[in-house]
Amino acid sequence: MPDASYPENLRYHHEHDWVRVEGDEAVFGITWYAQDALGEVVYFDPPEVGSSITKDTAYGELESVKAVSDIHAPTSGTVVTVNQQVVDQPEVVNEDPYGAGWLIRVSLGDPSELDGLLDAAAYRAYLAGISS
Amino acid sequence: MSEPVLHTSLHGRHAAHGARFGAFAGWEMPLLYTSPTAEHRAVRSASGVFDVSHMGQLELAGEGARAYLQSMLSNDIAALGPGQGQYTLMLEDDGGVIDDLIAYALADRYMLVVNASNVAPCRERLASRLPDGVELGDRSLEIAMLALQGPRFLDVLEPLAPSGSSLDLEYFEIAEDVVAGVPCLVARTGYTGEPGVELLCPWDQAPALWDALVDGDSRATPAGLVARDTLRLEMGYPLYGQELSRERTPIEAGLGWACDLDGGGFAGAGRLRRQKEEGTAERLCLFALTEGGIPRPGHAVLSDGEPVGEVTSGTLSPTLGTGIGMAYLPAELAGPDHEITIDVRGKQKSARTARRPLVDSSPTKG
Repeated sequence: MPDASYPENLRYHHEHDWVRVEGDEAVFGITWYAQDALGEVVYFDPPEVGSSITKDTAYGELESVKAVSDIHAPTSGTVVTVNQQVVDQPEVVNEDPYGAGWLIRVSLGDPSELDGLLDAAAYRAYLAGISS
Repeated sequence: MSEPVLHTSLHGRHAAHGARFGAFAGWEMPLLYTSPTAEHRAVRSASGVFDVSHMGQLELAGEGARAYLQSMLSNDIAALGPGQGQYTLMLEDDGGVIDDLIAYALADRYMLVVNASNVAPCRERLASRLPDGVELGDRSLEIAMLALQGPRFLDVLEPLAPSGSSLDLEYFEIAEDVVAGVPCLVARTGYTGEPGVELLCPWDQAPALWDALVDGDSRATPAGLVARDTLRLEMGYPLYGQELSRERTPIEAGLGWACDLDGGGFAGAGRLRRQKEEGTAERLCLFALTEGGIPRPGHAVLSDGEPVGEVTSGTLSPTLGTGIGMAYLPAELAGPDHEITIDVRGKQKSARTARRPLVDSSPTKG
């Protein structure tokens, strides 16, 4: 498993999700902190392509051997792609949470929702508050 | 005030291996090190070692010990000669399960290895009817226990046990030996479905034994309680607190083979005999999902849309790659190859009941 990291080019949601904006689309995943807390991921239950997802609500589930974790949508949108590699090899989320372990790509519904997300520094400060 | 948390003598070793700890029956135990599925596979394919020092050891000695245990445990303890053990159960007078355990006959006493959560209930039950001339001792905090499990367990044990006295034990036999310089009782037992031994040693000497097992030339992989749970579940072995409780009898749990119903006058035998003759409304069964998803304890089991039971244990089988679990189901559904549905957080997942074990493993192979 890689060391803790929170790339500067991503936006973060306090439920430990990240967003990478690419034009009017965005890629979602879970942060290093989230995959570390969940442990070895063994199952990904993704949303359907074409379904609508709503900011702050669960759009899918990741499971470890022992626990289930809802994955929260950092923004609203419509699901464009699901990462089939994570469906087939869920441990990729642990191995590369910001790269090969991305979860879904969405078409953004309301880009202004991005303004409410945290940058890397603010997310790190938020994590420091959780652990202290 | 919360209860004090108990640590085994290997706690520092686990922390040094990067363990994630969790509370289990008052103990803080290693749940996993880095990957529970890798630990699981190590046990199925080579060898792994578990700290099971939280389990309890009760000893009974004296002339009447055998007769007393014959009245308090379900299996036929008279069948044991010195150096032999058996899986058995302690039952309420109505047949409800107080604990499932292994009873060993040693040269001068009997030793019962009981579940961590049931040390006090077993000890109190045995003390309540203890006849004159039988002595009961609780050595749970003096004896550490390591389970070395897997088809290659002898590769690890052999270089550490120069006397050889523990290397040719038959399944469920027990012998004294010195392993890595540590005096041990070595039993050819375990709860993973793989060949292996359980090593019982003085509490403070467990770290030296652990180091030798994990650092030797043929090292065993440290494995945590999560892997222990997925291993036993693939075999369809019941776990106390999940499948076994005072609300269930061994007949319902499929453990009639560990009950001496022909001869036994043990507590609870009357109800078990009636259940064996008349059948029970429900029986424990094993199932595997036939689509994606992971069943969890408490999920409803449905048949033709109607609720028929509840999942008692569920996980993703690392060997099969599918969700597996156990549940008490109406007897007509509890045999193999019945189509059922598991309600996994609102999603209906197809499953099929199955014979145990679900995997091609056996503790007596090799």
